[in-house]
Amino acid sequence: MTLSKEQIARYSRQLILPEIGVRGQQRLADASVLIVGAGGLGSPASLYLAAAGVGTIGIVDPDPVELSNLHRQILHSTADLNRPKVDSAADRLRALNPHVRVVPIRERATADNILAMLQPYELVLDGSDNFSTRYLVNDACVLAGKPLVHGGVVRLEGQVMAIRPRVSACYRCVFPEPPEPGAIPSCSEAGVVGPLVGTIGSMMAWQAMQLILNVGQPLLDRLLTVDGRLGRFREVPVRRDPACAVCGDQPSIDRPMLIAEAGHLACDERRT
Amino acid sequence: MAVTVRIPTPLQRLTSGRGEVACAGSTVKELLDNLEQNCPGIKERICDEQGKLRRFVNVFVNEEDIRFLQGDQTAVKDGDEVSIIPAIAGG
Repeated sequence: MTLSKEQIARYSRQLILPEIGVRGQQRLADASVLIVGAGGLGSPASLYLAAAGVGTIGIVDPDPVELSNLHRQILHSTADLNRPKVDSAADRLRALNPHVRVVPIRERATADNILAMLQPYELVLDGSDNFSTRYLVNDACVLAGKPLVHGGVVRLEGQVMAIRPRVSACYRCVFPEPPEPGAIPSCSEAGVVGPLVGTIGSMMAWQAMQLILNVGQPLLDRLLTVDGRLGRFREVPVRRDPACAVCGDQPSIDRPMLIAEAGHLACDERRT
Repeated sequence: MAVTVRIPTPLQRLTSGRGEVACAGSTVKELLDNLEQNCPGIKERICDEQGKLRRFVNVFVNEEDIRFLQGDQTAVKDGDEVSIIPAIAGG
């Protein structure tokens, strides 16, 4: 792809970075990213990736826009209430950058569809809001060998990590099993704030760009945690677990499975 | 002996909003028992009925996951920092 005059102007502030340049911009245009969840994390992540010129963005979400979403899910407007989130997202992203091909996928990720969903994409961002989907997406990415960026937020706590399957620790290496139902507070009592999901979602977008462009050191084998109460970022090293059920030496998971009714620390009653 | 235990915000409801709690003990297990005395109800969020660390919670002593050290028998000393990091799924 050759950059048009319009594209050179549009991307000029990132084109001048030696880490990106024309070659990086072309790489972004060739890139394809699947974002699971058009919610608090998927909003900033998809907006930044579309703005940056990622060529194809798939966005998965089965739910409609609700009033309780709008304090943090900046893809959607008040006028979008009750519309499918993926439609609202597609409109917004296309308006932001018409060069991007946006693929709205109005489905819930399940054990049956997840591998086909991931297949056309080179990288996945998980901005879902429940543990069942998170483990499903992690396992499917490991099985399919797709790099994954994990981000999670609840209350005032955020986490981000990047995963290169079978190279760096996967989500299950770090957290072998999801919580059982009732083990942690239910979603409705948990709560979340917009700027914090914005912070984590933005970092997820940059992690994706780092992985696509091979820039610097993405958060591989590193779990970054953000304590919004203290304004403190910390990271802990994580590592592949030889006993990991999906990427370990003797994996017991050889196909995606949806964990039924895992406890979740999510923000809305609905699941993404 | 005081060890700083960092509490993730989802559990800070049990620590009266404190992000760090000074605890006493020479192993992670003793530390968590002491934390429970200071903040009743917190240990069951971190450990199961048998006292084993829950599989969706990680405890780090300084920068190392205790699963790769000696688990809850991992030694701690004055000045160490212990972080509790649960899986979180919101978005």
